[in-house]
Amino acid sequence: MNKFMNPLQTRNKEEIFSAEIREDIDRWIAKYPPEWKQSAVMAALRIMQDDNGGWLTTELMDDVAEYLDMSPIHVYEVATFYSMYELKPVGKHKICVCTNIACMINDSDAIVKHLKEKLGIGFGEVTEDGRFSLKEVECLGACGGAPMFQIGRKYYENLTPKVVDSILDGLE
Amino acid sequence: MANEVCFRTLEYLKQPWELDEYKSRGGYEVLNHILKNKIEPSEVVETMKTSGLRGRGGAGFPTGLKWSFISRNAPGQKYVVCNSDEGEPGTFKDRDILRYNPHQLIEGMVIAGYAIGATVGYNYIRGEFWEEYERFEAALEQARAAGFLGDNLLGSGFDFQLHSHLGGGAYVCGEETALLESIEGKKGQPRFKPPFPAHFGLYGRPTIINNTESLSSVPVILKEGGEWFKELGVENSGGSKLFSISGNIKNPGVFEVPLGTPFSELFKLVGGMKDGHKLKAVVPGGCSSPVIPGEQMMDLTMDYDAIQNAGSMLGSGAIVIIDDQQCMVKLLDRMSYFYHEESCGQCTPCREGTGWLWRVVNRIENGKGRQEDLDLLESVCGKIAGRTVCALGDAAAMPVRGMLKHFQEEFQYHIDHKKCMVGAGPTKGLG
Ligand SMILES: Cc1cc2nc3c(=O)[nH]c(=O)nc-3n(C[C@H](O)[C@H](O)[C@H](O)COP(=O)(O)O)c2cc1C
Ligand code: SF4
Repeated sequence: MNKFMNPLQTRNKEEIFSAEIREDIDRWIAKYPPEWKQSAVMAALRIMQDDNGGWLTTELMDDVAEYLDMSPIHVYEVATFYSMYELKPVGKHKICVCTNIACMINDSDAIVKHLKEKLGIGFGEVTEDGRFSLKEVECLGACGGAPMFQIGRKYYENLTPKVVDSILDGLE
Repeated sequence: MANEVCFRTLEYLKQPWELDEYKSRGGYEVLNHILKNKIEPSEVVETMKTSGLRGRGGAGFPTGLKWSFISRNAPGQKYVVCNSDEGEPGTFKDRDILRYNPHQLIEGMVIAGYAIGATVGYNYIRGEFWEEYERFEAALEQARAAGFLGDNLLGSGFDFQLHSHLGGGAYVCGEETALLESIEGKKGQPRFKPPFPAHFGLYGRPTIINNTESLSSVPVILKEGGEWFKELGVENSGGSKLFSISGNIKNPGVFEVPLGTPFSELFKLVGGMKDGHKLKAVVPGGCSSPVIPGEQMMDLTMDYDAIQNAGSMLGSGAIVIIDDQQCMVKLLDRMSYFYHEESCGQCTPCREGTGWLWRVVNRIENGKGRQEDLDLLESVCGKIAGRTVCALGDAAAMPVRGMLKHFQEEFQYHIDHKKCMVGAGPTKGLG
């Protein structure tokens, strides 16, 4: 049921998200002109994704739509267009491995192979214990430290299989 | 001569991103001077024109000229937007500005706002750059507290608010109009031009959009003068430039040198090839710029004209140096996959054509190539280039043409022998 289209089901903004989440999203809304609340949609989706263990459900996207007075389809468009939004569960640690040219010629293949063997999963998969997922990404703008990957918000550069082991072992 | 503009403060300071340290090397003095003395905005634009600064985001459009398209006195809101989306494979210089010299970018953006009469700015930072975003946010806080951002700056009556906007992972959002759409809370699909952002930009208002490096150059240009900046470089390529240098080399990194510096000097700066291998080829200006054979590159200077005359582009100044262990077919396979993956899909030639390019290169790479594939690639390039809304289509065609021009024999070898001329082996982990 599309809540946005049905005024009877429109909730108070306070009912949609917790005070903490609202504060976070409202901080973004304030950056844009009052009639352009939807400019905060990318931030709101990211905030909800982080709050939900790294991925977005349809219900969460609908909530974002309602909160920002947007139509749900518009929010789905944004969530599916950008590669950082996840529409399926991911691991607690999402490992985003760059395989673009600078990393490739510095043997990102070896890093990918090592990760796949070590974790027993391929790209787009999650380990059984839910700790790790693997994702192939395009150039992350850190070619000077190739090969590299990103886990969560952090970049790790100049990787070797050995360095990868110590990074993964050091994560909670 | 090096580190004269965007990296100007770096070698003197321990924490150049801190406001106090930035100020200790003359930071915000130019802004102060402009505001206190009510310098004519048109004078600022003139200096930018004189400097010969060409947009550092890749297209090389003269910055001063771009600013002059906006009439300062037109009523209503105008915007300054900074493009820190940095997604062109091989490019990693704007990240260093955000990390190490965020205040110079802020100062440049405020001055840009003053010059065109804009009171609001946004810095669009790619979503993956979380740590850089936090660094920039901290700098914004410091600048606000010190009165360099906000209302009535330094008592001048000029207001300027600056915010960062985080991307969500999409190369095409580096294209200026896709970026504006993205700030407007939409998917990042480029707009048809004209109208250009100077007339119809963010929220439909007049907007200038510049690269991080372009805007960070502004305070230094105004401090030292347009002529000074121009003289750093060579004819048609004023100033110094950040080069992101990566690949099979000993010391990759970002280097600021005058435009017109011989490639061979940069090659020395990065310590030459690593592991005793030989230089084979160079991608001189980001993934989209056609590859140039190593030998030819050694005779070139790094400026817009020299690289263009060699059949490529200076682009964003992203140099990827490739050794003789690398297979060019595999390299092009990866490049073509990138454009296919990143096409926003609204133009048929780009959406379909990038898929064709990748599939054909991929089958050559995997030993399934046919003799007619080489002509097919050329023909698909011809059907994409110049027929799309944005330059991503051209960007997909250019590397293919460059590879076929200079390394056709490797493609031929793959087709004839169903394997590589060099030992790299077929591509893994793709598709
Ligand atoms: C597909 C595509 C990607 C681009 N990516 C970037 C980018 O990451 N950063 C950037 O500054 N410019 C990028 N550009 C160029 C921008 O469209 C625009 O020319 C530039 O931001 C203008 O600023 P400048 O004149 O200071 O270079 C891209 C262009 C295209 C077609
Ligand atoms: S050229 Fe490609 S990326 Fe650019 S607008 Fe067309 S489909 Fe989108």
